[in-house]
Amino acid sequence: MTRNEFFGAHDPRQLEIWQKATIGIAGAGGLGSNIAIALTRAGIGRLIIADFDLVSPSNLNRQQYFMDQIGEPKVEALRHNLERISPYTRIDIYQDKIDPSNLSLIYSDAQIMLEAFDLADQKAMLLEAWTAKYPERHLIAASGLAGVGSGENIKIEHYGKLHIIGDGISELSPGISPVSARVAIVAAMQANLCLELLLKESQ
Amino acid sequence: MINVNGHNIDWQEGMTIRDILNVMRYTFRMLVIKVDGKLVPKTDYDTFTVADGAEVHVIHLISGG
Repeated sequence: MTRNEFFGAHDPRQLEIWQKATIGIAGAGGLGSNIAIALTRAGIGRLIIADFDLVSPSNLNRQQYFMDQIGEPKVEALRHNLERISPYTRIDIYQDKIDPSNLSLIYSDAQIMLEAFDLADQKAMLLEAWTAKYPERHLIAASGLAGVGSGENIKIEHYGKLHIIGDGISELSPGISPVSARVAIVAAMQANLCLELLLKESQ
Repeated sequence: MINVNGHNIDWQEGMTIRDILNVMRYTFRMLVIKVDGKLVPKTDYDTFTVADGAEVHVIHLISGG
């Protein structure tokens, strides 16, 4: 398989921009695993992915892992899955809990950061730390994605270099489950905005 | 006058982020706040004063991902 065969009808100028890009993904759960697959298929040249967790049975209802990967570190399982999809994305992984002290050690090369954490306090930590460290770099975060339906309420809010995708409301609670389809919608919107920003900034 | 999430509210000399949250009755547990495009760390909510005419965004962060 050649590069041209893999990317088929991709516009060569756009593909070159994506192939040269390095993107950070913070978290490899429902958002992160879906984002990584979308960006790998699109042809991003290098992904930096960090997550401390292991694959557990309840991850399989919405995260891009397989039954035989239960117990493996998520970042290792995800890299393996991505390498099965494409040889045209370099995958750098860190099995680590991200905090302000290791953020720049892990993600210094990331042109754009995609926030893919589960807990709100972790999201807030990343937004504060990234904005303080790299005010000139985009950060695409997610907030409000639990449950089913209300696809029309999922929107993008732009605050300068900070972009937040979600409905801004839906939180896990009785009757509101974490469901694969809606998580994947938000993850795909994060990846989509990332690809768009790379093209815009290269003009 | 300052603008908070699209709503105009009266400005007062020495108004802090905490004052704005009280005026707006925002009780969200997890917030990120931007004032004129600049993010204000959580530790500064009681001391950061907002200038007249400022544009303030209070962003509610929700678990899930």
